[in-house]
Amino acid sequence: MAVLHSAPKFASNEGVIDAISESISVWLIDAGEAHGEVSFRVKRDDIARVLETLRDDHAYQQLMEIAGVDYPDRAERFEVVYMLQSLTKNHRVMVKCSASEDTPVPTVTTLWPNAGWLEREVFDMYGVTFAGNPDLRRILTDYGFEGHPFRKDFPMTGYTELRYSEEEKRVVYEPVELAQEMRSFDFLSPWEGADYELPGDEKSRGAPTVNDVKTTEKPGQTGAGAAANANAEKRTSAAQKASTQDAPGAPDPTSKEGGK
Amino acid sequence: MTMQREESLTTTGEVISNYTINFGPQHPAAHGVLRMVMELDGEVIERIDPHIGLLHRGTEKLIEHKTYLQALPYFDRLDYCSPLAMEHSYVLAIEKLLNLEVPIRAQYLRVLFAELTRICNHMLNMGAHILDVGAFTPNLWIMDLREDCLNFFERASGARMHSAYFRPGGVHQDVPEKLLVDIGDWLDNRFFQLFEDAMSLVLDNRIFKQRNVDIAIVSREDAIAWGFSGPMIRAAGIPWDLRKSQPYDVYDRMEFDIPVGTNSDCYDRFMVRVKEVYESAKIIRQCLRDMPQGPIASSDGKVSPPKRGEMKQSMEALIHHFKLYTEGFHVPAGEVYVATESPKGEFGVYLVSDGTNKPYRCKIRPTAFSHLQAMDFMCKGHMLPDATAILGAIDVVFGECDR
Repeated sequence: MAVLHSAPKFASNEGVIDAISESISVWLIDAGEAHGEVSFRVKRDDIARVLETLRDDHAYQQLMEIAGVDYPDRAERFEVVYMLQSLTKNHRVMVKCSASEDTPVPTVTTLWPNAGWLEREVFDMYGVTFAGNPDLRRILTDYGFEGHPFRKDFPMTGYTELRYSEEEKRVVYEPVELAQEMRSFDFLSPWEGADYELPGDEKSRGAPTVNDVKTTEKPGQTGAGAAANANAEKRTSAAQKASTQDAPGAPDPTSKEGGK
Repeated sequence: MTMQREESLTTTGEVISNYTINFGPQHPAAHGVLRMVMELDGEVIERIDPHIGLLHRGTEKLIEHKTYLQALPYFDRLDYCSPLAMEHSYVLAIEKLLNLEVPIRAQYLRVLFAELTRICNHMLNMGAHILDVGAFTPNLWIMDLREDCLNFFERASGARMHSAYFRPGGVHQDVPEKLLVDIGDWLDNRFFQLFEDAMSLVLDNRIFKQRNVDIAIVSREDAIAWGFSGPMIRAAGIPWDLRKSQPYDVYDRMEFDIPVGTNSDCYDRFMVRVKEVYESAKIIRQCLRDMPQGPIASSDGKVSPPKRGEMKQSMEALIHHFKLYTEGFHVPAGEVYVATESPKGEFGVYLVSDGTNKPYRCKIRPTAFSHLQAMDFMCKGHMLPDATAILGAIDVVFGECDR
């Protein structure tokens, strides 16, 4: 597919998948390229070894980001995505592994010192644990926060809210109380994506299928022609008779000047 | 304050204490709501534990509940000092998923305003940095220039800070011709006079140098390993700039240089920013010179809304308008990581789409995360007042760091 967009252009992906797949083949589950991004899915327990190979043998020197994603339908619901960047090859790759609440992912703080906070964030937001991270505290949420807010089953409103209490002279935590119910609008078009049926939709289900498609190849099949014209003539002449009773001097109803 | 009593080697018989203090979360030099737990030995920093997240608003979660277009203004509110640079990554990520072509004038406008944002951001950061190490006047002077930039944003988009000007497929509206003329005039007749005046007070100032030179030296290897980007990695002598190495929009048509540091200290980081302002001005001049006439938004009616006049006349345009502002456009399933050179460094957006009108996941890579994390090793062995200089040279904004 031709590239039309103007997003950042890094070095070509050509041959990258083959070269990397070969050296991490033992741990690789699958590799692919989509939307111009190269990504590798690897076994969770070997993630540190994979990233070490990429850093040392393939010159991906920088770990830019670790992102968590939640897919509640999967057996191992979380995905941990590592974004690597090579300064020398001017290239980026993604490495992914899956995890669940009780399967720890090996830490990569041994490879990159900045992985510490990135792993802490994934832990804080999703509850994915990282085995070997020496400082796996929460990072973005409040002190004493419970739950993992970026999971898909965590409500957007949260469970607690806080306010300053004038009586107690301190900040108090209370369960969330909404003055108006949280609204989530379904803007997906009802004639394309809705999972409910509108009255009348049932007709389309039993609609008869057409086997012989009707075509008009000869003028005779159009329903037009001399016979049809004669028929039409008859009706207009009858109508004209009725219209002769107009007042004298009245404009012709279909004339171009009429109404101007 | 907790005290740890220990026997001192230098004072016989007396006990000195290694103590822990709180820096922030309400501290003028913390550049926002940063809390740092510092362990001090006298006035020397032994250990720093930055506590972030006091400004966490759950932006990424909110974005999952909004359509692609509705989510855009959240990006202005991340790094509120350089809002247009934040939008840039996001719209490019959407366009990459859609494989959407952007008209050339829109690309020029985006680059023009991204560079104006860079100047705007550096004015604030340099002013604050100078203020942090004890000089008051330059901040007042260059804040005036920042005000000029904000006025330009207002004339283009209607808002001074939260512009929401970049849109998937182009920009929101074309700019008046007079605005482009005025930006050129401003660069020629006003900006550099004031900027150079302000810098002349600082750059060779003895106090400023004493407070910044040789503070927080980071080696090339460390800068790479800690995931540094932007002025932080360039100060370490690595000519790495995403505008140059991974060009987006029309940056590949621009001629500009990448300033690098030699000593990788706070002074170099400051100087890299000073030089970047000149390079940005160069890019803006090229944009003004080369910008062609033409459309400013994609011609794909399924993504960019019709013109208002057209919407009043054409039924099809009316339907498109209605659908785009209720349902929004659908983005093909897939995932991309798009990073651009924001004034502070690499600002990335990891966008996962499931094919509907809302992002399935939008992970934002803040620049401050890896820089702030390195505070501990950068500050070790320095004096307490140096922490403010180091923090100023990182250029941290908590809207972006905490999201």
